[in-house]
Amino acid sequence: MTSLSYAVGDSMTMLRRNLKHAQRYPGLTLSVAATPVVILLLFNYVFGGALTAGISGMSAGGGKYIDYITPGMILLTATAGALVTAVSVCVDMTEGIVNRFRTMAISRASFLTGHVVGSVIQTMASIVLVIGVALLMGFRPTATFLEWVAAVGVLTLLTVALTWLAAGIGLVAKSPESASNIPLPLQFLPFIGSAIVPTESMPTGMRWFAEYQPFTPIIETLRGLLLGTPVGDSAIIALAWCAGLSLVGYVWARTTFNRDANR
Amino acid sequence: MTPSTATAVASAITTTGLSKSFGDKVVLAGIDLRIPEGSIFALLGPNGAGKTTTVQILSTLISADAGTAYVAGHDLTREPGAVRAAIGVTGQFSAVDGLLTAQENMILMADLNHLNRAEGRRRAAGLLDRFELTEAAAKPVSTLSGGMRRKLDLAMTLMGDPRIIFLDEPTTGLDPRSRRTMWQIIRGLAADGVTIFLTTQYLDEADQLADRIAVLDHGKLVAEGTPEELKRRIPGGHIRLQFADADALESAAALFGSVTRDDEALTLNVPGDGGVPALRSVLDTLDRASIKAEALTVHTPDLDDVFLTLTGRSRSGDDAGSPKESTR
Repeated sequence: MTSLSYAVGDSMTMLRRNLKHAQRYPGLTLSVAATPVVILLLFNYVFGGALTAGISGMSAGGGKYIDYITPGMILLTATAGALVTAVSVCVDMTEGIVNRFRTMAISRASFLTGHVVGSVIQTMASIVLVIGVALLMGFRPTATFLEWVAAVGVLTLLTVALTWLAAGIGLVAKSPESASNIPLPLQFLPFIGSAIVPTESMPTGMRWFAEYQPFTPIIETLRGLLLGTPVGDSAIIALAWCAGLSLVGYVWARTTFNRDANR
Repeated sequence: MTPSTATAVASAITTTGLSKSFGDKVVLAGIDLRIPEGSIFALLGPNGAGKTTTVQILSTLISADAGTAYVAGHDLTREPGAVRAAIGVTGQFSAVDGLLTAQENMILMADLNHLNRAEGRRRAAGLLDRFELTEAAAKPVSTLSGGMRRKLDLAMTLMGDPRIIFLDEPTTGLDPRSRRTMWQIIRGLAADGVTIFLTTQYLDEADQLADRIAVLDHGKLVAEGTPEELKRRIPGGHIRLQFADADALESAAALFGSVTRDDEALTLNVPGDGGVPALRSVLDTLDRASIKAEALTVHTPDLDDVFLTLTGRSRSGDDAGSPKESTR
């Protein structure tokens, strides 16, 4: 076998290992979907009325709040998935199994690739779950088939980017506890963007931050694809963020993993 | 030194001046080793001596700061891949996947060793059977006992059919029975021609298993040789006699000449190897003088004695240079 087919084969082995973990202990995967679903319920049924009244255009009968909030909650699912990735990578690192992998003649990249691909699959499954709940709650996307494909593409890119970053966090975290704490700011970012309310409603400083942070253009792109709101240059900015974060996360995680075993 | 293929027995592991520091703490200060193929080598030392660091360097986990090392004929720094293909490592802490079953752990190793499906399953079943793990095969590893986890760990290492196996404190934390089982397994591996590099804190373990022992202390090798050679250098063995009163102790002390005595505990340590002739001679001497000993214990050399002799101080660092042995 060539080294490339070894790399693919070893990564598949690692992927099977991670999916088996997920299948045997589904709690962690379900918890990824739980937070966005709870927030969806909370904001739609408790705060939704008041927020709809406050959001210009919507109170005039322009749309339902569930349609506004769902793209942001889909994003929140991706960040929750990143948290699980960081924890599971860190758990592996703090146990002896990774040192075993490192002393074997296997592809060095396979351990991380297996984790990342496994996590992306899990996160995408959770996203499907969250969209399902939103549909039950009255979310009515207007997307065509092609727009759905594009939305799935954007979400996959975002999940890949967040997962590589999370893998790096899992590698540098000293314990699973800190691995679950470090990505927390990531989970708050969608809230300080256009996930819950439009950025126009925020005070200037906050609004400036909200408009330039990576999640807002991604949310606006999703909103545009699923609900037909204007996208503008959000799509290209979203893609640039995803590509950039993926590259940074990938390079960081790979170099961290390839350093000496002693941390 | 180059890999000594020219000599009669090829060398499995050769190191020259292997050094490693973590920050300003020197962990290994120039280690020279030559371990022949098919032998059992024990690296003996207390906690913190640098045993695990040596194993981590030789198994490609971390890199040395200085020195050269050849493992299975391959340069450690230039051909780590070739080294990994030849070795197996079982560490102090079980390197098993606790979320999978024993069987799934074995199949994971089969896949990572690129065995085909049938061969992987056949070999996994054989190893599980050999280590008496067949009944536990379907159980999640997290439910297994420490001894079983350690056996599974070694079984996983053997899936790759390694020519050189590193065992970092393979019996630390195991109960006596599991310890004996592990010893049998290690002897069996050596009988198959596998080279074993073992680290241990226990002199008796090194004595039981190893062809050669090196004693590591503060990152330096302070002695190397066969178990017999080492034991000859360690006069720590003695027969301890306990007396009822100070008078008996006094008269007995006069009989034996060079002894160490403890007036408070009323004990006397008579140097000797603890064998039957030595024991008989001590008892005969007491009988002839009509002195009654209350109790007798035989003390064989242990790691404390090794360190007391080889480094001039005991392991704990107290007692330095004192001829009187600490009571344990």
